[in-house]
Amino acid sequence: MKSHVTTTINGDPVEFLCEPAQTLLQVLRNDLGMTGTKEGCGSGDCGACSVIFDGELVCACLVLGVEAEGAEIETVEGVAAHDQLHVIQEKFLEHAALQCGICTPGLIISTKALLEENPSPTEAEARYYLAGNLCRCTGYDKIIKAVMDAAATMRQGA
Amino acid sequence: MSEAREFKHIGQRTIRPDGFDKVTGKANYGADLSLPGMIWGAILRSPHAHANIKKLDVSRAEASPEVLAIATFEDFPSVNSASQIAGTQRMSLMDTACNILANQKVLYHGQAVAAIAARTEAAAIAALDLIDVEYEVLSPVLSIDAAIAEGAPILHETMMTQGLAEPATIASNISARMELKKGDIEAGFAAADVIVERSYDTPTVHQGYIEPHATTVAFNENGPSMIWCPTQGHFDVRARVAQLMNLELGQLKVVASEIGGGFGGKTTVYLEPVALILSKKSGRPVKMAMSRQDVFRASGPASASQSHIKIGAKMDGTITAMQATLHYEAGAFQGSPMGPGCMTVFTPYDVENLYVEGFDVVVNKPKVAAYRAPGAPQSEFAAEMAVNELAKKIGMDPIELRLKNAAKEGTQTIYGPKLKVVGLVACLEAAKSSPHYNAPIPENVGRGLAAGFWFNIGGQSSVIINLNPDGTGTIIEGSPDIGGSRASMQMMAAEILGIAPARLNPIVADTEHVAYNQTTGGSRTTFATGMAVVEAAEDIVGQLKARAAAMWNVTAEQVDFQDGVAHNLAGEDQLTLAEICATAEKTGGQISGRANINARGAGPSFAVHICDIKVDKETGKTDVVRYTAIQDAGKAIHPGYVEGQFQGGAVQGIGWALNEEYVYSKDGVMENAGFLDYRIPLASDLPEIETIIVEVPNSFHPFGVRGVGETGIIPPLAAVGTAVAEAIGQPISSLPCSPPKILKLLMPEI
Repeated sequence: MKSHVTTTINGDPVEFLCEPAQTLLQVLRNDLGMTGTKEGCGSGDCGACSVIFDGELVCACLVLGVEAEGAEIETVEGVAAHDQLHVIQEKFLEHAALQCGICTPGLIISTKALLEENPSPTEAEARYYLAGNLCRCTGYDKIIKAVMDAAATMRQGA
Repeated sequence: MSEAREFKHIGQRTIRPDGFDKVTGKANYGADLSLPGMIWGAILRSPHAHANIKKLDVSRAEASPEVLAIATFEDFPSVNSASQIAGTQRMSLMDTACNILANQKVLYHGQAVAAIAARTEAAAIAALDLIDVEYEVLSPVLSIDAAIAEGAPILHETMMTQGLAEPATIASNISARMELKKGDIEAGFAAADVIVERSYDTPTVHQGYIEPHATTVAFNENGPSMIWCPTQGHFDVRARVAQLMNLELGQLKVVASEIGGGFGGKTTVYLEPVALILSKKSGRPVKMAMSRQDVFRASGPASASQSHIKIGAKMDGTITAMQATLHYEAGAFQGSPMGPGCMTVFTPYDVENLYVEGFDVVVNKPKVAAYRAPGAPQSEFAAEMAVNELAKKIGMDPIELRLKNAAKEGTQTIYGPKLKVVGLVACLEAAKSSPHYNAPIPENVGRGLAAGFWFNIGGQSSVIINLNPDGTGTIIEGSPDIGGSRASMQMMAAEILGIAPARLNPIVADTEHVAYNQTTGGSRTTFATGMAVVEAAEDIVGQLKARAAAMWNVTAEQVDFQDGVAHNLAGEDQLTLAEICATAEKTGGQISGRANINARGAGPSFAVHICDIKVDKETGKTDVVRYTAIQDAGKAIHPGYVEGQFQGGAVQGIGWALNEEYVYSKDGVMENAGFLDYRIPLASDLPEIETIIVEVPNSFHPFGVRGVGETGIIPPLAAVGTAVAEAIGQPISSLPCSPPKILKLLMPEI
C-alpha cells in the first residue's frame, strides 16, 4: 500500500506516492526524475546521495521516502540559482576538483552543509567533515583546495 | 618542437565544457536514463564459488504474471570460442558469455546465472526466487598457490597451458606461460658483486569507481536497438553485444552516457547483452543496475599476484642482471594482464641481462578486468621494492642508483622496440631537487621512493568538427570522457583554429554519429583522439583558406591563417573565421573538418613518487604524512587535469598499498563487499598530494603529448611499501600494509 507524502524539495512543494520500503533516494531518482542525486552504494558508505534534510546532512539512501513528510529537502539541483552557480560550484570547476563527476553532487551538498555549520574550517576539519564522501578519481587534493577557496570567498562575501 | 612554442590556450587551466552540468546534477550517467514503458531487470547470482549447475528451472518464473521476461545462457544465439582482443585483456566470446550468464558451471560467488524483467526493480528482485537452481558444489580454488598445487580442483576441464616448451597434455589452472629475455641472465648474475632475491605478493583489489554498472536498453525490431551505458568504449560494447547476439554492427546504437569512473573496469560488458535479451523478449525498454555488492563480487577486479625477483649488481650500483617470475590471478576465466606485467617489470632500467617468466592462473574469483596500467603495478611493485633493497644493501641513494641504470633513448626493451626519447632521467632529476626529497625525514617516519613505467597506446580515433554560420562549432568525438578530456579537445582545436575554446562544444557522440573510436584506455585519449582533433581542425584551416582565397580571387597558397584570421598575402584583406563562416553559403556551403586516424607513436610516460609514512607502532595504523608525484606528461594540455591524473593514480596506489584487499571466506565468498569494509582512501586519510609535471615532449604528437592516465598508479605501491619498511625497520613483502599485518611484523609473538 503506497503512502501519500507531501514535502518540500529545493523550495518547491512536492507530493508523491511511495511504498513503505522505498528510500528517499529511490523516490528522488525513479519517481521524481531528480537524478542529480547519485547512488554509489545504497548503504550510506559513499556519500554520493548526500542531501540536506531539515538542515541536516544525510545520505538519501538511508532515509525512507515516507520520512520526507513535512520535511524541507535540498538536493544538488537546488544549489545554483537558475544559471548562476553557487560559489562552491564555481570553485569546484576552477580548481578542476572533479574528474568523472559522479561524486560531485554529493560533495557539493556536503560542502554546503560544512560551510553553513563552520564558515572557517581548517583543512583538517574539511577533510574530516567530507570523509563520508568518497571520490575515487581525484585523490581529494583539488576538492579540498576548492572547498578552502570557496570558504574564503564566501567569508569575504558575507 | 613544443618547448619553444608559445601557446594561447594549451597549458591554460580552462573551465571544462561539461563542468556546469556536472556540478548542478544535470549530467546524465549510466543509471539516469528512463524511457516510456521501461521495466527493470534483475540478476540471479551464484551463491557458490565453484559448482556445477545440475538444473536450472525457470518454469515457476515463466508462469508468474509479474515476470515479463527471463534470460539465461540459452538466449545467446550463437556463441563460439573465437577469441578477440578487447583493451589489454584477452577473453574469448564463450568466456564473455559465461561470465555474463553462466553455462552449466559457476566459477565464482556472485556470477550471473539468470535474469528476470518485471515492472519495478523490487518486483524483479523478488521474482528471482521463482527460479530454481540445483547446484553440485565443488571445492573452490582461491589463491595462486592453491590453483597450481598438484591435485587442485580444475576450473576448466579443457584448459591446457599454452606457451610451454612441450605442449601440455593434461588440464591445468595455468592458462598460459610466457617468457621474455634479453642478454645472458646467468652471465649477468655471475658478474654481480651482490644479489638481492625476494618474493612479493599483492591482493585482489577493485578499481572502485563510485558509479555502479548500469544500463538502459531498448530493443528495436525495425531499426537499431539502443544501448545506453557508462563505458570507456561504446564501440567495443557494440562489437561485443553484436557478437553475442549475432547482430550486425548497424543493428545496434550504443550511447556512452557520462561515466562515473572506470579505471579500466568499464571496458567490457556485463549487463548490456542481458538487458537486450530481456528487452527483446518483453518488447519494453529495460533498465538494469548493479548494487555495490554486485560490483565488488561480479565485475572485474584487478589480479592478485605473486612475484619472485632476483637482481644482481656491482658495488658501484651497476645492475648486471634482473630476473622475475610473475604469477597473476585471472579470476574465473583466462586473461590476466600477465603480458603487460612481464613487459613492464624492468623497463625503467637499462640492463644488459634480463629474464622474465609469467603465468596466467585461473581461480574461483570474478574475472579480472583492466585496472589502470593493467599488470604493471603488481610487477613493478616487486621490482621497485627489490631495487630499493639493493640501494640499501650497497649504501647508495635510491635516486642515484636509478640514475645510474635509468632507461633512456635507445634502451633496448625486453619486449621489442628501443625506447625513443623518454623522461625517466628528467623525473629522477626533478625528484632529486624536489622540496620533498630535500626535506629532513621526521621522527618515526619512513620515506620511500619508486619509479614507474607504462607504454601508453595510440590507435584509432575519428573526429568531426562542424562550424556554424556564426563561427562557433561542435567537436564530435567518440572517446568517452572519463576525467576531463573534452576540455583538452576543446583547447587543442581552439589552438589550431585561433578562437576561444568556449566557442567550441565538444561532444562524445554515439556509435551512429561518429566513426569507430577505440576504447578510452591505455592513456590514449588526449594523445590519439587529440591528434585526430588537431587533424580535423587543420582540415578546417585548409578549407577556410580556400574560402578566403575564393572571395579574394587569389590562390589558397596566397592566404595565410593565423590566430583565427585569414590574411591575403597578395593584398591587405583579412577575414576572421567567423566572417568566413558567415559567408560560407556563398563560397560552397558549410564547413566541416574530419579526421579518421590510427595514431602511431604513443610516448611512454615515466613517473617517480616520494612517500613519507608514519606508523603507530602500537596499533599498526599508517599515516601518509607527505606525498609527491612526479611524472612526464610530454606536454600538459590542461595542467589541472594532468595533476588530477597524477594525484588520483597516486591515491589509488596508496589504497592498494595500505588497505584495500578482497577478503574471502574459505567457501570463496567475498566478505567485505562494500565501501565500509573494502576501505578506499578518504579525504581524512590523506595529505596534500604534491605534483611536479615534467615535460619531455613526444615528437609524434603535434603538441608533444604523452598519455598520463595510468602510470601514476604504479610507483605508489613500492614508494608506500618502502616507506612502511623504513618506518618499522623491517622488510615488506606483502600488500596491503594493513594494521594487522604491520602489527604481526612488529609483534610476531601476538
